[in-house]
Amino acid sequence: MSKPKFAMYWAASCGGCEIAVLNIHEKILDVDANFEVVFWPVAMDAKYKDVEAMEDGSILLTLFNGGIRNDENEHIAKLMRKKSQILVAFGSCATEGCIPGLANFTPIKEVVDTAFSTISTENPDNIRPQTSYMMPEGEIHIPTLYPVLRTLEQVVDVDYFMPGCPPESHQIAAVIDLVIQVLQGKAQLPPKGSIIGAGNSTVCEECKRQRNLKTIKAFGRIQMIHADPELCLLEQGIPCNGPATRSGCDARCPTAGAQCIGCYGPAEGVVDYGARLIAAFGSVIDSNDPAEIDRILDGLVDPAGQFYRFNLAGSLLKASIPAIKSNGV
Amino acid sequence: MSNQNFEPVIIGFTCNWCSYRAADMAGTARMKYAPNIRLIRLMCSGRLDPTFIFKAFAGGADAVLVSGCHPGDCHYIEQNYKALRRYHLMKRVLVQMGMEPGRLKLLWASAAEGAIFAEEINKFVEEVRALGPLNWNAGNAFIPIHESEPMEVNA
Repeated sequence: MSKPKFAMYWAASCGGCEIAVLNIHEKILDVDANFEVVFWPVAMDAKYKDVEAMEDGSILLTLFNGGIRNDENEHIAKLMRKKSQILVAFGSCATEGCIPGLANFTPIKEVVDTAFSTISTENPDNIRPQTSYMMPEGEIHIPTLYPVLRTLEQVVDVDYFMPGCPPESHQIAAVIDLVIQVLQGKAQLPPKGSIIGAGNSTVCEECKRQRNLKTIKAFGRIQMIHADPELCLLEQGIPCNGPATRSGCDARCPTAGAQCIGCYGPAEGVVDYGARLIAAFGSVIDSNDPAEIDRILDGLVDPAGQFYRFNLAGSLLKASIPAIKSNGV
Repeated sequence: MSNQNFEPVIIGFTCNWCSYRAADMAGTARMKYAPNIRLIRLMCSGRLDPTFIFKAFAGGADAVLVSGCHPGDCHYIEQNYKALRRYHLMKRVLVQMGMEPGRLKLLWASAAEGAIFAEEINKFVEEVRALGPLNWNAGNAFIPIHESEPMEVNA
């Protein structure tokens, strides 16, 4: 009997998810022992037309990382959906947009201008990429950029979501173990649409720092504050996203002395990540005077970036139809 | 573009103890105010999860009104202060996302202030009418996403 097929693809992403997969160390041998890797552009040579030639549903498991930024991403997303039985949105980009999704704050023209015409770029003729170009050998194409970045779920049907930037290696190993057990008939897959490889609570729940009643008179950036190593960071005025962020990472950043920035996405039951943080931060500011509240909030230099660093494309507002429409659709 | 014929859709969140009673009072006294606002009653402005407001905007509202008891008058002692702080924080976020600050308004109204409530709503409707329909990052057009792929709100 031939082994079940495994694929992994990167769309608009940084490649960190692939490294996280390789970081599972010797567990990767289990992947090789149990799966035939048929398509994984970062690790092996494969052509899109080879995948196109496969039978529909012939790949058992596809881990798809990266957001949908251009028509190539969208084409492969649809292709992998068709060819895969289980499609996993893998990592923060595919589940909620992540850092590439922050470009949704900016009109696409500005994004392109920044990439091709800033002082650090040598481009005297102001050349812009053309999506098609006639060469002596024939017409060549590059992918067409979309006005906004979309999450995988906004483009195709997704079976499971695995958050994290990147997902923690021990969580990846656990998920791979589960799939292997399912193959051996020893376990069952979770219901479709589940979030896998993460906890059901918040980062605060996993954080070992001591928590008291929070009364914040001033917010400050972490590099400006001598933080107490034992005390809750938010309590010390360091904007920590723990209260809204899904557990699963063992609170790595707060344990190491840095604030949680929210890469594991919204916790169970949170509809909009930023809204939950606005509610949480609003509760702990210690002032009832509008002028003083404004002064305290000045300490949060980039609130939208703070609250939506990983979640913008997947947030209520930037995934909303009015917002997308006015982005030129 | 003239906004004279534009009828804005405004969602208004009121608290059970003061601002909804103010609306009630306006109604009992047969004061007229613009029908553009749809009032939703909560027990307290402190119950107003910012998600509700974002959902209103995501669903097509042109503006949102947050109203509650006057500072110091909250039925739940100090929850309207939380609403106040969240309002300030939310406004900063919405502005960063490309929205005019005038689309989110905070109004304190006691149960006796039906006339003030009605007058403020009329004023707000006219302000939003002048702003026109909600338009995120107006003019950001490059290459359209295919029409056949409508975006859904994931909520």
